[in-house]
Amino acid sequence: MMTHEALIEVVGLVRLFGATRVLDGVSLTVASGEAVALLGPNGSGKSTLLKIVATLLRPTRGTAKVAGHDCVRQAEAVRGVLGLIAHGAHVYDDLTALENLRFWATLSGMPADPERLAAALDDVALERHADARVRTFSVGMKRRLALARLGLGRPRVLLLDEPFAGLDQRGRKWLEGRLEAFKAGGGAVLMATHSFGRELEIADRLAILAGGRIALDTPRAALASDDVQRLYAAHTEEAPL
Amino acid sequence: MSYARRALIVAWKDLVVERRSKETLNALLFFSLALLFVFQFTLGPDRERLAAVLPGVLWLGFILSGVLGLGRTFLVERENDCWEALLLAPGDKSAVYVGKLAASLAVMLVVEAIVLALFTLFFNVDLGPVLPGLALVIVLGTLGIAAVGALFAAMTAQVRARELLFPVLLLPVLVPVLLAAVKATEALLLREDLASVAHWWQLLVAADIVYVVIGLLTFDVILEG
Amino acid sequence: MVKVLGWLAALGVAAGLIVGFGVAPREVTQGNVQRIMYLHVPAVWVAYLSFIVGFVASVAYLARRREGADRLAHAACEVGTVFLGVNIATGAIWGKPTWGTWWTWDARLTSVAVVFVMFLAYLLLRQAVEDRERGARYAAVLGIVAALNIPLVHFSVYWWRTLHQPPSLIKPGSSAMSPVILVALLVNFAALALLGAYFVARRTRVLAAEAEALA
Repeated sequence: MMTHEALIEVVGLVRLFGATRVLDGVSLTVASGEAVALLGPNGSGKSTLLKIVATLLRPTRGTAKVAGHDCVRQAEAVRGVLGLIAHGAHVYDDLTALENLRFWATLSGMPADPERLAAALDDVALERHADARVRTFSVGMKRRLALARLGLGRPRVLLLDEPFAGLDQRGRKWLEGRLEAFKAGGGAVLMATHSFGRELEIADRLAILAGGRIALDTPRAALASDDVQRLYAAHTEEAPL
Repeated sequence: MSYARRALIVAWKDLVVERRSKETLNALLFFSLALLFVFQFTLGPDRERLAAVLPGVLWLGFILSGVLGLGRTFLVERENDCWEALLLAPGDKSAVYVGKLAASLAVMLVVEAIVLALFTLFFNVDLGPVLPGLALVIVLGTLGIAAVGALFAAMTAQVRARELLFPVLLLPVLVPVLLAAVKATEALLLREDLASVAHWWQLLVAADIVYVVIGLLTFDVILEG
Repeated sequence: MVKVLGWLAALGVAAGLIVGFGVAPREVTQGNVQRIMYLHVPAVWVAYLSFIVGFVASVAYLARRREGADRLAHAACEVGTVFLGVNIATGAIWGKPTWGTWWTWDARLTSVAVVFVMFLAYLLLRQAVEDRERGARYAAVLGIVAALNIPLVHFSVYWWRTLHQPPSLIKPGSSAMSPVILVALLVNFAALALLGAYFVARRTRVLAAEAEALA
């Protein structure tokens, strides 16, 4: 199980938007079975970093690899093993939960037989809403549907952008459980957040992104939550944005 | 074949969403109706003049509806935040282009068929004998409009000035298609046969091939980021 | 390198002017205004040459994603559009005293006008997209579509004007193509081509400098 294979490898990543250096030399590794929380204020480039790893953006310089595949040159291979849950739930409001799964499964070239899809919905406790339009879903339900969608593909890496935002207590517990199970199965998780929430509970490591670089990269185990806040404040104040 | 399945599911999704929200089809129909009235009022009651400009007016209506409808092709992706997910789904992205093209084509053809019926009603034109030829020209012309439109719609979807940029990019490129379609329609309405307008529909076929091939080859480049 | 090109262009333009005003014969009916043809016709040739270069550079950019190819495509399409503008303007200046009208919808003028607007739209797209890399990709696709569309525009417009209709009267350069005139046209074509190449070279330099400043 624990191969400690580096599933995400980012080296010297630079990304420009016009004249702004949003990322200025970011290096980070996430191993199999590990969850890394990427902390940083708004605008620090967390989403940009996630997007580059997710093959949605090309870096200006540097490399990013997922499961050994280069994110730029072998993008399709990366997309086959990657799951992204970002601000958008990536579901169509006018389709039902089941139709959404059918669409995404077929588009991804996966078998879309009704039993498989029903099982995926069952897995995230949405089987009773299979034929309801997603428009009627709460944030938590949409998040669960997104996970069901990802579950169909068996990803090895999960990229999450503010995954616990907008979830109620029950939703947060449920997501935590899922992520723990995912880690236990050898998956790697990279979560971006700007708050000191639930993400920290399941993170094995903490990385603070400030000034376009990783200002701090440390195992979380030894830190109490005040330590985290202190370190965060220290690093985000001294580093120029 | 997986490619065909994927293209079909994209078309299916677009058509289901369209059927449930009914946004585009209704808007296009009402828009075309409004255009019909505007044409009638601006061109006056002179029967002969109307008959002379009918082909141009018809295609003007088609292309304006096309600009309106095609500009929204990727709206559902933007509104539902699915753009990224389309890109992330593994596999050849040109299947998405084919699906989008097929769905847009279907919606546009439905609108055009209804508009054509209304035109014949309001302007008292008898299309009977030329209908097959006319149908061919309309399908070929609309395919050209949709092929470029789907590609440019993807291009402008992420740009700030998209509502302005889309028609500005689309209309000059579609001049050959418009010319060919109008001239062929004109000839057909004058009861000439399809063979006499061979060069026009052959140009349409050539244009359609060029646009679809470019779309297939470059769509994933546009979708990327 | 660019300097040499600049000097060659200057020489070429000088030669072109000499040939156009000195060597080429004075047109009998139109007078000296006809000499504008030596700018008008080569301008459109250079424009289309530029668009072909733009097309090749766009394809190269999509294949290899080298920024140099993107800058070349950008500069070539820009310079091509400018030369088309020169063609249209000189055509109007020639047309007014000679045929009494600034503009007419004959085949040649119309197709040039359509191509001109297509590439103006290209420049507009470049302006509208803020992210450099995305703008390069989009412009490359549009450049390919526009360039491949040029023959379609030409045929459709030509058939539109000539079938079932009398051929148009305004065909610049259709007056007697004596060897002297042909040579004069070719000399000016070479001159404008050099000038165009010089502009493209300077423009790519400027684009590269802008990119450097941001990096």
